Amino acid sequence: MCGHCGCGDGAKITALNVETGKAIEMSGETHAGHTHGHGHEHSHVHDHDHDHDHHHHDHGHDRDDHHEHDHVHADGSHDHGHGHSHDRAHDHAAGAIVELEARVLAKNDALAAKNRAWFAGREILALNLVSSPGAGKTTLLERTIRDLKEEAPLYVLEGDQATVNDGMRIRAAGAPAVQINTGTGCHLEADMVARGLMELKPTPGSMVMIENVGNLVCPALFDLGERAKVVILSVTEGEDKPLKYPHMFHAAEVMILNKVDLLPHVDFDVEQAIANAQEVNPGIEVLCVSARSGDGLDGWYDWLREQREGARAASLL
Amino acid sequence: MHELGITRNIVAIVSDAAKGRRVRRVTLEVGALSGVMSEAIAFCFDMVSKGTVLEGADLDIREIEGRARCSSCGAEFPMDTLYAPCPCGSRQIERLQGEELKIKTMELEEAA
Repeated sequence: MCGHCGCGDGAKITALNVETGKAIEMSGETHAGHTHGHGHEHSHVHDHDHDHDHHHHDHGHDRDDHHEHDHVHADGSHDHGHGHSHDRAHDHAAGAIVELEARVLAKNDALAAKNRAWFAGREILALNLVSSPGAGKTTLLERTIRDLKEEAPLYVLEGDQATVNDGMRIRAAGAPAVQINTGTGCHLEADMVARGLMELKPTPGSMVMIENVGNLVCPALFDLGERAKVVILSVTEGEDKPLKYPHMFHAAEVMILNKVDLLPHVDFDVEQAIANAQEVNPGIEVLCVSARSGDGLDGWYDWLREQREGARAASLL
Repeated sequence: MHELGITRNIVAIVSDAAKGRRVRRVTLEVGALSGVMSEAIAFCFDMVSKGTVLEGADLDIREIEGRARCSSCGAEFPMDTLYAPCPCGSRQIERLQGEELKIKTMELEEAA
């Protein structure tokens, strides 16, 4: 079960090592992870409960601080918030208020932080590749594997709802791959990546490419522990996609504009697409490439080299 | 439409914390820039909480507006979208709030 976005309820999540053919049923594992996570929340909340009795003034301040930030929304629900503070401070009989301060995505974020530390400990560069279906993530990876095979070991975690097609393509290109099938799930989550890594076993100093499920919405919310998100937009799509899906383009470090070899055949305004991406994310880097013809790939490889250096330096901190 | 699952997550976290006690009210903070619609959470809440200790509980959603500080002119200003520029025209900004997605408190029935 996805548990966050409701998209994969009851679905089977599987990881298949396309090298060895070993299949792992992840639904049970994932579920256990969730339960464990809940247990953690549990004790956390318990602490807060006690704290609340002893230090409710602090919490009161906390809440007041938020009120200062909230001032513009002095609507009905906001007034309720005030009511709570008063109840707690002056009138316990009205019902026990328990401070939870629980981030709804805390569990995924904690697991992502573990993944990040795991990568850092091994000086591995991990990237999260996101795009619409069909933008060319897998083709870009195939080409990258072939072109960089002398330079750096590359591993791939392939996320798709179903089929091992992409995993097989990656393997044929010469890189070890684990295919994660999310069932009806629309994105990868940090626990799926952790399980996939146990099977993939990337070597220290390597690169791990996490190819997310083709979707520009949900993957933006779920940190996997990557160093950067790479968003791929192809010239057969609309140049307004960054404006339509601002969360994703905002979260990405770099936008790869793919399939530029098709530009003579399509009405795609490259400058407008870049302007749109920069409107959503002023710091975003843009690389125009064709994974098929090879145009512009040197820029992508230079970017990867920089990121590898960065990952190595970061692991020393 | 990830709000259904997010609402399930909220109900699961609060149910665990309540340890079987009935919950009268849940207060959330949802930032305007969080990528989550509070109307959709409110819409899902009654359905998802059915049959749990949260059934019939009030849901207070405190919407946190987006705010940012401009790195060029130093002004603080409200942000309606993730990518709103400063009124001075600069896009070099630091977001201060608006991305929250948090369960603040739960109110338990008196018996607790």
